[in-house]
Amino acid sequence: MKCGVVVFPGSNCDHDVYHVLKHVLGQEVEFLWHQETNLHSCELVVLPGGFSYGDYLRAGAVAALSPIMSAVKEHAANGGLLLGICNGFQILLEAGLLPGAMRRNRDLRFQCEDVLVQVERNDLPFTRRYEIGQVLRMPIAHSEGNYTDSVSGIESLEAAGQVVLRYVDEEARRVDDANVNGSANSIAGICNADGNVMAMMPHPERCAEEVLCNTDGLSVFSAVVEVASEPARASL
Amino acid sequence: MKARVIVYPREEILDPQGKAICEALGRVGFHEVEEVRAGKSFDIELAVDSRREAEKRLNSMCESLLANTVIEDYEVQVFDGEAP
Repeated sequence: MKCGVVVFPGSNCDHDVYHVLKHVLGQEVEFLWHQETNLHSCELVVLPGGFSYGDYLRAGAVAALSPIMSAVKEHAANGGLLLGICNGFQILLEAGLLPGAMRRNRDLRFQCEDVLVQVERNDLPFTRRYEIGQVLRMPIAHSEGNYTDSVSGIESLEAAGQVVLRYVDEEARRVDDANVNGSANSIAGICNADGNVMAMMPHPERCAEEVLCNTDGLSVFSAVVEVASEPARASL
Repeated sequence: MKARVIVYPREEILDPQGKAICEALGRVGFHEVEEVRAGKSFDIELAVDSRREAEKRLNSMCESLLANTVIEDYEVQVFDGEAP
């Protein structure tokens, strides 16, 4: 599967994603510079974490207007697989590819820690290797992951089943203490209506190898690779 | 033409920064402060011929980049002379 990792000035998880796709999963991967205007026929496009444009103005706001984003939007509109992680999530919101917005974390802190998230959808190309209700441990590292939208926006997101991951505690309960950044309804990851675009605040690429003592994130990538190898993929 | 754009969190959106500033003001004796909403302002110079055109372009700038209208409102001020 040909994968592309978009690099904005200030991206800093681009090499981690590249490493997992190429060296852990043996896929063909290339970096796509933000000034480019085409995606080199990549089937999976990842917007990685980092601080694109130094988070100037709002996290992801300037990156969302990069030249490559027109091609990314076209890719998504054509059913192409698109994954945003952390800053990538923020960029997808700013680009209007997913609904909602990010505010500063509730406690105004940069939070860098392991969190627990529960899987609510396993019919997506990115989550089909998980069970519904499965709790994953993944690291987060962000200041602006406090997901929000208008009341009607959150309602329609929930009604459409577009919440993929939620912050939970050890007993898989959705409690305020486990909602690390104060996100509306403990939302940690969402997808678009068609399910080909997904974004999440936790970093699956940072927990995708035994050597890191946590492989909970590997299935996000291995699932996509698996989907791409199936002939039925065309029907997505 | 000189202009100022003010962007601030929408009323219904909880503003964690404003809340922290409000509490800090209370700690230094400004107990009368009941609410703070923290925003941003942009001083912009435009090469346009009319005030109307400036307002139109600035509104469009807010919609496309300067404000995220999911969580923020904005106000556009165009000045005839120097910005105050």
